[in-house]
Amino acid sequence: MARVSFVHVYKRFDKVDVVRDINLEVKDQEFLVLVGPSGCGKSTCLRMIAGLEEPTAGEIYIGDMLVNGVEPKERNVAMVFQNYALYPHMNVFDNMAFSLKLRGVPRQEIKKRVQEAAEILEIAHLLNRKPKELSGGQRQRVALGRAIVRDAQVFLMDEPLSNLDAKLRVQMRAEIIKLHRRVQTTFVYVTHDQVEAMTMGDRIVVLHQGEIQQMGPPQELYDHPANMFVAGFIGSPAMNFFPGAQVVEDGDGVSIVLDGFGRVQVPACYVEKARAAKGRQVIFGIRPEHLRDATLLPAGADTASMIMAPVDVVEHLGSEVQVHMSANGTTVVARLDPRSHPVVGEPLRLHVDADQIHLFDAETEKAYF
Amino acid sequence: MIKAIEEQRSLPTKTTARRKRFSLTPWLWIGLAVLFVIIFLLYPMFFTIWLSFLDATSTHFVGLHNYLLIFTNSSLLEVLRNNLLWLVLATVATVVLGLLIAVLVDRVRFESVAKAAIFVPMALSFVAAGVIWRFVYEYEPPGQTQIGLLNALVTALGGQPQAWITDSRFNNFALIAVYVWMWTGFCMVILSAAIKGIPSEILEAARCDGAGEITIFFRIIVPMISPTIAVVTTTMIINILKIFDIVYVMTGGDYGTNVVAVEYYQQLFNFNNFGVASALAVLLLLAIIPIMYFNIRRFRVQEAQR
Repeated sequence: MARVSFVHVYKRFDKVDVVRDINLEVKDQEFLVLVGPSGCGKSTCLRMIAGLEEPTAGEIYIGDMLVNGVEPKERNVAMVFQNYALYPHMNVFDNMAFSLKLRGVPRQEIKKRVQEAAEILEIAHLLNRKPKELSGGQRQRVALGRAIVRDAQVFLMDEPLSNLDAKLRVQMRAEIIKLHRRVQTTFVYVTHDQVEAMTMGDRIVVLHQGEIQQMGPPQELYDHPANMFVAGFIGSPAMNFFPGAQVVEDGDGVSIVLDGFGRVQVPACYVEKARAAKGRQVIFGIRPEHLRDATLLPAGADTASMIMAPVDVVEHLGSEVQVHMSANGTTVVARLDPRSHPVVGEPLRLHVDADQIHLFDAETEKAYF
Repeated sequence: MIKAIEEQRSLPTKTTARRKRFSLTPWLWIGLAVLFVIIFLLYPMFFTIWLSFLDATSTHFVGLHNYLLIFTNSSLLEVLRNNLLWLVLATVATVVLGLLIAVLVDRVRFESVAKAAIFVPMALSFVAAGVIWRFVYEYEPPGQTQIGLLNALVTALGGQPQAWITDSRFNNFALIAVYVWMWTGFCMVILSAAIKGIPSEILEAARCDGAGEITIFFRIIVPMISPTIAVVTTTMIINILKIFDIVYVMTGGDYGTNVVAVEYYQQLFNFNNFGVASALAVLLLLAIIPIMYFNIRRFRVQEAQR
């Protein structure tokens, strides 16, 4: 159990900065998720904690110890790899016992700890099998077991679920969350899947092109993305962006005009921030789930914020209807109530939940709100 | 309808007829191959075994006399001893050096150049290698200019020149060194390919698990490439059991360096002793059988795992 800190960490491969100026503190016993598209530097960060890569500049601490230049075996971190990386010539027991044997743990103690870990992971009946005799999910459990038999200070997981099928992934996701609660150790988890990040992390760090875009609890990232990248990355389907939006102020207050779609009234809480964006190139953002079919609004609902555009595609998913519509080259996706009946080619009027709107600067891509 | 078919199936005469037809076809297919094996492999083998029980001119049956001679005659015993020395030393040296170099070149920037340099002797014939190494081992009496590379080095360092090829203290080792020089590259290339086949994640996992480089080598790399090590080792053993060219070219089997294959050649073509020659051949065959058995069994296990 320990915290992990990055202080101005850089990593350069062949003159390319893979990771730039990372400052980050993983709290003791926290479940931190590093998320971002491939090549964003998230695995490099993890490998630098493990000691498999050395930072080009900056300092990394595990607990209070500066670990720059410290060999992986001296760091007491456990790592779970994407392809499990089980030792093929050893059976499950030996795979799990390997690190303990190297540490000179007494045989009885090894047996006890492996047995305990195997029972937690429900693989006690597989201890004599070789990895090649196991299914993907079982191998994944062994890889987790190999990590938890040790009293490692930090658990590192590098996309551990990406080789599993969708159903198993959901199941293992829940098990890893349970495991974290049970072993009460610091977890650093790398994934490119924002659903995994949202469901598992106490805190999420979004990385893009080697830089931290935003870090915070999942809901905060969803509600208040710091920039367009985070806004577009978190949430599925992704947030709709309307380039060429304009902030205008008239007798009714402040509103945002969306070219070819309509206008949205800015709620009181955002008025000040919206005024600051007046006259600048801005991009308006709204999530698909915050759009509603105007015909299904309750009577007397606020109709100040409406957009309208012709429907391109309608997808019936049972629990919802996804509608794609476009105007002026901008495509908008909306997740609507299954009772709504959009018609392809016909214009559709949607209500915008004004409390959930976002506004970004077109140049810096930073969020006003 | 189904009943009728079942009845038909249960008819004994038809079944046996079908079985007979089926059992004949494969023999038709492999018949030619079997015929060749019999003519060119089994017949000479059994004929050689038979000859080994006859005297030098293959006219009188002498029982195990030829074998007794091999195991009692001091010069023939020396031949067996030399072959054993070759077997142990040359096999261990080629495989261990090959493995060591394979691991080391894996971390060198000019890996392909280093590998090519070590592999190049493979491309030479044994005879050419023998000639090259005769120059290396060339001996001139003390006081004269040493044109042999090794003696030039020894005298430059202040030592006495040695007759590497004729001095029975060194000559077997000198010959084995030539073989090692030629075949280490082969072992290295094959073992290096096997080492490269180990996923880097496994090595990284071992590092995270607390293993140092030496532990990783002995507990992860060696066990994981053990099938390849077995292949290379058995290849070397079979090679060395038959070793002929290096010894024949460099010493002709003199000065206490003779090995079974050279002795066999001399018995057959110089002394026209068919009996002893055949007995030597049979001994080589017997020595190779367990290795072949091991190889085939391992191959089957591997196939079964696929």
